[in-house]
Amino acid sequence: MTAISPTTSQAAVRDASIAVAEGRARARLRRRHALVIGLRLLILVVSLGLWELGADYNIIDPFFFASPSGIWQQIWVWITEGTSQGPLWVQIYVTLEETFLGFVIGAVGGIAAGIILGRNRLLADVFSIYIKIANSVPRVVLGSVFIIALGLGMASKVALAVVMVFFVVFANAFQGVREADRAMIANAQILGASPFQITRTVIIPSAMSWILASLHVSFGFALVGAVVGEFLGAKQGMGLLISTAQGAFNANGVFAAMIILAVMALVVEFIITRFENYVVKWRPAPFNEQGT
Amino acid sequence: MQLQSMAAEKLSQAALPADAAIAIDDVTLRFVTPDGHMMTAIRDFTMTVARGEFACVVGPTGCGKSTTLNLVTGLLRPTTGDVRVMGNPVTDISRDIGFVFQADALFPWRSVIDNVAAGPLYRGTPKAQAYERARDWIARVGLGRFEKHYPHQLSGGMRKRVALAQTFINQPKILLMDEPFSALDMQTRTAMQDELLGLWSEQKSSVVFVTHDLEEAVALADKVYVLTAGPGTVKSVYRIDLPRPRVMADIRYDPKFVEIAKVIWNDLREEVQLGQSRTLQTGH
Repeated sequence: MTAISPTTSQAAVRDASIAVAEGRARARLRRRHALVIGLRLLILVVSLGLWELGADYNIIDPFFFASPSGIWQQIWVWITEGTSQGPLWVQIYVTLEETFLGFVIGAVGGIAAGIILGRNRLLADVFSIYIKIANSVPRVVLGSVFIIALGLGMASKVALAVVMVFFVVFANAFQGVREADRAMIANAQILGASPFQITRTVIIPSAMSWILASLHVSFGFALVGAVVGEFLGAKQGMGLLISTAQGAFNANGVFAAMIILAVMALVVEFIITRFENYVVKWRPAPFNEQGT
Repeated sequence: MQLQSMAAEKLSQAALPADAAIAIDDVTLRFVTPDGHMMTAIRDFTMTVARGEFACVVGPTGCGKSTTLNLVTGLLRPTTGDVRVMGNPVTDISRDIGFVFQADALFPWRSVIDNVAAGPLYRGTPKAQAYERARDWIARVGLGRFEKHYPHQLSGGMRKRVALAQTFINQPKILLMDEPFSALDMQTRTAMQDELLGLWSEQKSSVVFVTHDLEEAVALADKVYVLTAGPGTVKSVYRIDLPRPRVMADIRYDPKFVEIAKVIWNDLREEVQLGQSRTLQTGH
């Protein structure tokens, strides 16, 4: 039996060819990244351009379907001259405040309820039927009830946002608690953890990725709750701005408000993602579809 | 007796010694399945492990090997019979017990050092002291450079080392292991078996090691329990008189080892065949 190993000169040739191959692979990745970004920009420019041209030549009636330049003018007017109901910043601030209050109250309540029911079989079996019923009610309808009960002020919008957020977060927290690994719980138990320590150091961290996933979705729901609440009756806010624009047949106004809301949602989404990465930094890096 | 000369002495289980670390006395465990059927997991099961003894449990799949461990932890209660740990009846999870799981039971959101320090922290050791001991144990299993790593950044073998440190830091008098190395590749498994024997000889704990790998059992144990196909009961017990310290990489080429493994395999084979034919019939 003889051992076979490559000679040094063979190894040197091999190292050089590896370096070349690596360089090529890196260049290929960079080109692909640039291609993806370029195509994204192209799609944006082409679709906005076609919309604008269609509006100019009256193929798309700008009275009903607005136009990119009209929407931008509307946003500019709101920024520089303010809206019919006061400065734009105040409208954004009011809606954001309602959304945040609703989001925080709904999320905290949902997480707490999810953990309590997830850890207690009897409570879960008793309440599951009522939660199913409550969850199947179209919750936006509750907005009318809240406006009757709580008035046109902030409370009714916050209440609607809470209801929108609570069930999503609750369902995820509950599922996350239930999915906690049995071996991991047994391990903690044998290492000497009390039931409270198990909840704090095993159950909550393992439910955390479920909960965070639901926070992404539910912030959007909180925004919907706040805007719909304002739509149904309010003195200020982005929802009222939309409803006013609708009443004046101002399609540009509706689109402009929509874009502002989308930007708000994207900014908060970005903040939540940063928060998530901070909280679950123990997780392996997820497969990144954007290649960034 | 022919068997004695081969260093694999078949033992009879007459009297239970009073000072045994673990004494499972004529235990039967039944439970009701979710669809309302009564299942017998183990029946008339008797087993003793002396202090400092290394016992292995082998048997066909689904014969209740893991059940025996859960009886000792107190996570399962016997339907009839008696389980004693260090002379006391099992009522709650004892502080004397350590458990190494088959699956990865590390906390993925905690770094290596936080994982190892978990036991002392749960038990109320001051933080500084818990981390000092954790650092010491991480060094002992050879992971000194990986204190701040998270489990997903480690290989399977390294994660098992963390699991061993996490268990041994509580200095358990009783060490229960449920097929701990079955998911590892051959070389890593051999290294971990050596690591385990080293730690065990320092700590003098009493070990119950469940495995489906007969060679692993013979290589590690002082005493091997062969279980019947489910519902499990003890078929026979063998004393393994191979000299210690044992080196895992070499022992499997030792003629004495081969001979012992053959004898026990003859005993185990029928049960494995029975278990397999039953699995084929019932589909689970």
